[in-house]
Amino acid sequence: MFFPISGAHISPIYLAIVGFLIGILGGFFGVGGSFIAGPALRLAGLDWNFAVGTDLAHIVGKSVVAVRRHRAMGNVDLRLGLIMAVGTIAGAEVGAQAIQMLKRAGNVNFVVSIVSVVVYLSISTFMMWESRKTLSSPKGRSQRRSGKGAVSRKDHSAFGPVTRAIQRLKIWPMVSLPASGIRAISLWMILLVAFVGGLFSGFLGGGAGYIRMPSMVYVLGIPTHLAVGTDLFEIIISASYGTFSHAVKGNVDILIALVMHTGAAIGAQIGAISTQYFAGPKIRLAFVPLPLIGAAIVIYTMLSGHKL
Amino acid sequence: MKKETAKTLRAFAIELVLYALLVVAYFFLVLHLLGEWLYQLEVQHRYIYAAVAILLIIGQAVLLESITTFLIRLIRGRSE
Repeated sequence: MFFPISGAHISPIYLAIVGFLIGILGGFFGVGGSFIAGPALRLAGLDWNFAVGTDLAHIVGKSVVAVRRHRAMGNVDLRLGLIMAVGTIAGAEVGAQAIQMLKRAGNVNFVVSIVSVVVYLSISTFMMWESRKTLSSPKGRSQRRSGKGAVSRKDHSAFGPVTRAIQRLKIWPMVSLPASGIRAISLWMILLVAFVGGLFSGFLGGGAGYIRMPSMVYVLGIPTHLAVGTDLFEIIISASYGTFSHAVKGNVDILIALVMHTGAAIGAQIGAISTQYFAGPKIRLAFVPLPLIGAAIVIYTMLSGHKL
Repeated sequence: MKKETAKTLRAFAIELVLYALLVVAYFFLVLHLLGEWLYQLEVQHRYIYAAVAILLIIGQAVLLESITTFLIRLIRGRSE
């Protein structure tokens, strides 16, 4: 099929299958899946700028589907998502500026590659340690046994004492998040988490769900199921902003995004529905390979010199 | 339990086939017709194209989610 906007010839079946696979990951883990979608679009022959912009557009559509499904299951905290969108957009702008500075210094590829590998490996290592420790604890074992309907406002974590200490910080203004079961938390903490997520999004590309979803669980103390749903809601806002910005610069082939989304729409629903069959610590443990895949792609790119 | 799983898988397979047929029709009817218009819009009016692109992807998301929900209800006879 010929896509006139980008001038690319790509099989619609390939695009729908890629969308379907990324949709499952997105619906289940609350991530955009750019670390797979970007290289997959590059492999299909799309230029890098179109791969980034088009992927963002597809992420918007996929997240809308997954959020509607998560919302029906009570997994979306709209107030938290709206606050986070502000911090994310600000962080993304700062991250994009940092990239421009590095471009001028002439070492953007090296710095971004090293930072991303360190971040990906750190997230994976920490989440593996935490989720395994939680699952082997008495509270974790009882949560693991709960099976279907494991969605809970009380999501046990081995990192819980640190999370509770963060929640006790009384830095005005405090906001309450009843949907997430949090009586009061500093607004600045939420904005900081969102800003850091946005910073990595602008710096490393993609939606940065791989850093925001774990941060929501470990720093803010949001139950995993709600973190997944709320992260997706927040991604709709930040990815729409990114899509508009890239489309104005001529980096979005919306036809490719629409075709990819036909697969993603059903994949995202399967992923979202599947979350209700797993307890929070199990979802976090299953999340561990995702940043590792991202790290592997970056290391391959660095060693081979090929840009996927 | 196995009977239940087989029933769910069969319903899912039917749903996928119906969905695939709808999507193929959609490819040829909608995307084919939209292609040239979107291309011209992208070349001549970038800001309008950006806004239309977001509206299209959100509109498609709502439409496809409604279709799959409808198919699930139709095939399984209950809400998921």
